[in-house]
This record gives sequence, structure tokens and C-alpha cells, in this order.
Amino acid sequence: MTSQGNTALKTTQDAPQSDIAVSVRNVSKIYGGAIHALNDMTLDFPRGQLTSLLGPSGCGKTTLLKIIGGLLDQTSGEILVNGKPVDGPGPDRAFVFQDFALMPWATVIRNVAFGLELRGIAKSEREAVAEKYIAAVGLSGFEKQYPHELSGGMRQRVGLARALSVNADVLLLDEPFSAVDEQTRRKFQEDLLALVEHEKKTFIFVTHSIEEAVYVSDQIALLLARPSRVSEIIKPDIDRSISPDALRRDPVYLDTVERIWSSLRSYVE
Amino acid sequence: MKLFGYKLPMMSSLLIWAVLWEIVGQLDMTILLPPLSAILAKMVEIVPTNSFLSAFGVTARAFLVGTGFAVAIGIPVGVLMGKSVLIDRLLLPWVNMFLSAPLTALVPVLMVLFGIGEQTVIITTALFAIWIIVLDTRAGVKQISSSLVEMAHSFGASSFQAFFKIYIWAALPEILAGVRIGFIRAVKGVIIGQLLVSVVGFGRLFELYSANFLMEHFWALLLVLFFAAFTLAEGLGYLERKVDYYAASRAP
Repeated sequence: MTSQGNTALKTTQDAPQSDIAVSVRNVSKIYGGAIHALNDMTLDFPRGQLTSLLGPSGCGKTTLLKIIGGLLDQTSGEILVNGKPVDGPGPDRAFVFQDFALMPWATVIRNVAFGLELRGIAKSEREAVAEKYIAAVGLSGFEKQYPHELSGGMRQRVGLARALSVNADVLLLDEPFSAVDEQTRRKFQEDLLALVEHEKKTFIFVTHSIEEAVYVSDQIALLLARPSRVSEIIKPDIDRSISPDALRRDPVYLDTVERIWSSLRSYVE
Repeated sequence: MKLFGYKLPMMSSLLIWAVLWEIVGQLDMTILLPPLSAILAKMVEIVPTNSFLSAFGVTARAFLVGTGFAVAIGIPVGVLMGKSVLIDRLLLPWVNMFLSAPLTALVPVLMVLFGIGEQTVIITTALFAIWIIVLDTRAGVKQISSSLVEMAHSFGASSFQAFFKIYIWAALPEILAGVRIGFIRAVKGVIIGQLLVSVVGFGRLFELYSANFLMEHFWALLLVLFFAAFTLAEGLGYLERKVDYYAASRAP
């Protein structure tokens, strides 16, 4: 039912320009004049969907994410967000960090409201927004705690709430679940799916886990290294209305995982 | 610490030394070391006098202005050195040199440059304190996780905001340690300045007492100075312990 709703929505707003939230055009990144981290990469990220950048380490997926986020400069090529070229970080994009990047001296609520604090928004106003997103990631009641009092999974929820609270169109997630344990990770992936559904934002998600990518993504860009390139775009055709447990046993899900693994295996060997 | 199963109160070692001091003093072995009880009595006698209080005022003012400059200049310079390899390369040799330099030997040069007055005393004080503050701040900034800096950048922080909202706080445990040691050095600096430059404040009293062999006065003054420095160091140590909770949890 949900997937039908989505298709209906897509056809009504099928204007070609607004359909793509982020566009990567011929982007190259060369470190120190010799190391090609990215080589003439072109890739589109559809609006309102979650796209994974999946690949082995060294394929440049985090480099690409940081360039989109404006944290790194590309050597050549351009990044378009909502059709406009961007240079450096901007309010249209928000980043979620692999190691959470929370301020250990600040409470949960101050960490979540930090993006708004930097924009000079009044304390009462930004804390109201922060509280809304603290509740959205399931951390109500922890507002006054400090990061070191929270588990790894809860810390990343704080990082996610911080990115959501600045109301950016595009969320950039750099291996957000790699530093949390496996059970937490699964719960997190389920919550992420609900969030994509609910927030209507564009998610760009870096991961090295095939299962994770297939489970959460609308679209997977399979990246390979040396030379770094997009080897394949995969759109898992999974019915997401079924329960999470059923989904993990779903034949389409398992086949997609298998297919990606066979692509990657030839590369690894 | 426990001795024969009894828990010793804090600073009980000081008590042993105090008793020993009293005995040596009472034995009249040297004019340089009067009994501790006589020194404490002298302390009670001279502290409320006008000449002592005004000397204390002059010294405290030079100390506070000097350390104020050391903190206000030392912390930003330390942050810049921690952030920029270029500035670090440029300044580090000088910082290390002045940290180990016998600054007392520099005081006559300062007198030529800045005259014989309070100004030179303040600069001497600041010079004693600043280098360790710079070095510790630099060390604190160097260990800030790069993702915290990227985080501030990605959420649109200006360099001004990054300095006051990220760098200072993330490096605070090291900065406070540097300030604490810097303040202790500044106590030395202010007295040396007052002894060599303008002979005012505690410096003048020290000179007066030692030149006239007023050893009870001399020791009483030294004890006052020691307690002042001790209280300062303990106060900053208390602040340091307050940020301890995140000093350990900063690394990713």
C-alpha cells in the first residue's frame, strides 16, 4: 500500500529538474597530485529517496560524501544541489558522522540544537525544535544527559537528531551505524526506514555492508576502486510494507544481496 | 595514606616538617631559621599593617594584569599553533626557547625597552606565565578529533564561532592545566620583577627584610606568598577536575 502511495506521488511531481535533489557531475578528487580518490564520477540522487554508496574501502565513497557535504573540495567537476552548484557546506545539507562528533561538554539538547545555535536562533525556539527531534529519534527524557552517559547507539541518535533539526533537504550519513553493536544496528536500520518515509528528505548513505544497503536503500550505487567508478546502480525492488523480519527473509532481498556480492567478489578476487 | 592501620589526615607530612622546623628554630642553630611559632606570630602582626596591605595590593594588581595578558594572548596563539602547521612551525622554536630560557636574565633588557616601572613588572609576569599556556593550549587543540571540527564547519560555524564554541571547550582540560602552571610561574615572575625593576610591593618587602636580616618577617612573607599561590593552584585544580568527565571521553 505504501509503495503504491509513493509511485502515485512520484508521477504527479515528475518534473525532470525537481526530481533530482543532488547531482554529481564529472567530479574528480586527486590527493597530492597523484592519488586519484575519485575519477570523473557522475551520479544522481533522486529526491525523497535513500541512496546508498556501497563499496569496498578505498573506493572513495566517504570522499564523495564529504565533497557533497562541502567538507572537501573536488579537484574538478561540480556538485548541484536542487539544480544550483554548491561550494562548501550549506544549510541545504546536514551531515551525520561515523564517530558521532558530539560535543562531550554539552547536554543532549544542546548538541541537537547546535546547528540552530550557530545560526543565532533564540534559545527557547531552538530547544523546542530540538525536543521535537529528540522525541522523533526516541530519546525523550535524555535531554539533560551528557554524551558519555549514553550508549553508542543513543549517541548516534543524537547525531541524527542534530542533522534533522536544521531542516536540510539532504541528509548525508557517513557509515552512521558502523560504531554501534549489531542489535542496535538492526533497530536503527528499521527506524531509519520509518524516518525516510516520514521526513520526505533525500538521504545519502555511505556503508560497506551489503545487507544494510539492500535493507535501507531505494537505490544503491555500487562503487569500485582503482580507478574509482560507479560500476552499477541497483534499485532493490522490495515490498517495504511487510514486517522487518519478513523482509530480511524476503527472496528479492536475499537475491539482491547475492547479486551485489557476486559483483563485488570478482573485484575482491 | 595509611600508617599502622590509621588513616592519616591530608597534609600530615606538613605537620612533621612544622614540628622539625620548630625544634631547629628553638635550638637557635642559625639566625636564618627562626622558630615557626615566632614566624606565625610575626605573620599575624604584620599582615594587617598598612605597608603590608598596600604592598599586597600592588603585587596582586601586577600579578592579575600580567596573567590576564598571558591568558588573553597565550590561549589564542596556542589555538592558532594547534590549528595551523605553518604558524606552528614559525612559532614553536621561540615558544620552546622562552619556556626554558632564564627569563630573569632578560629583565634588564625589558627595563631598557619598557622603563623602570609597573609596566615592566607586568610584562615580566606575563612572560613567566605565557609560554606554558601557549604550549598546553597547542597540545589540547592538537588532540581535538577532526570530526568535531568538521561538524562545526558543516553546520556553518564561522571561525569565530569555531574558536569559542569548539576549540576552547575541546581543549579546556589542557588549557586549564597550562593556566595553572602558568599562574604558579607568574608568582615567581611578579616577585622577580618587583625585586629587579621597581622595588615595589612584595619585592620591596623581601629586599627590606633580607637586607636587615629580619628573618621572621622574611619567612612570614614567604609563607603568605606560598599560601596565595597554593590557593590559586588549588582553585584551578578544582576547575580542572570539573572538566575531567570529558577529558577522557573526547577521543572517538
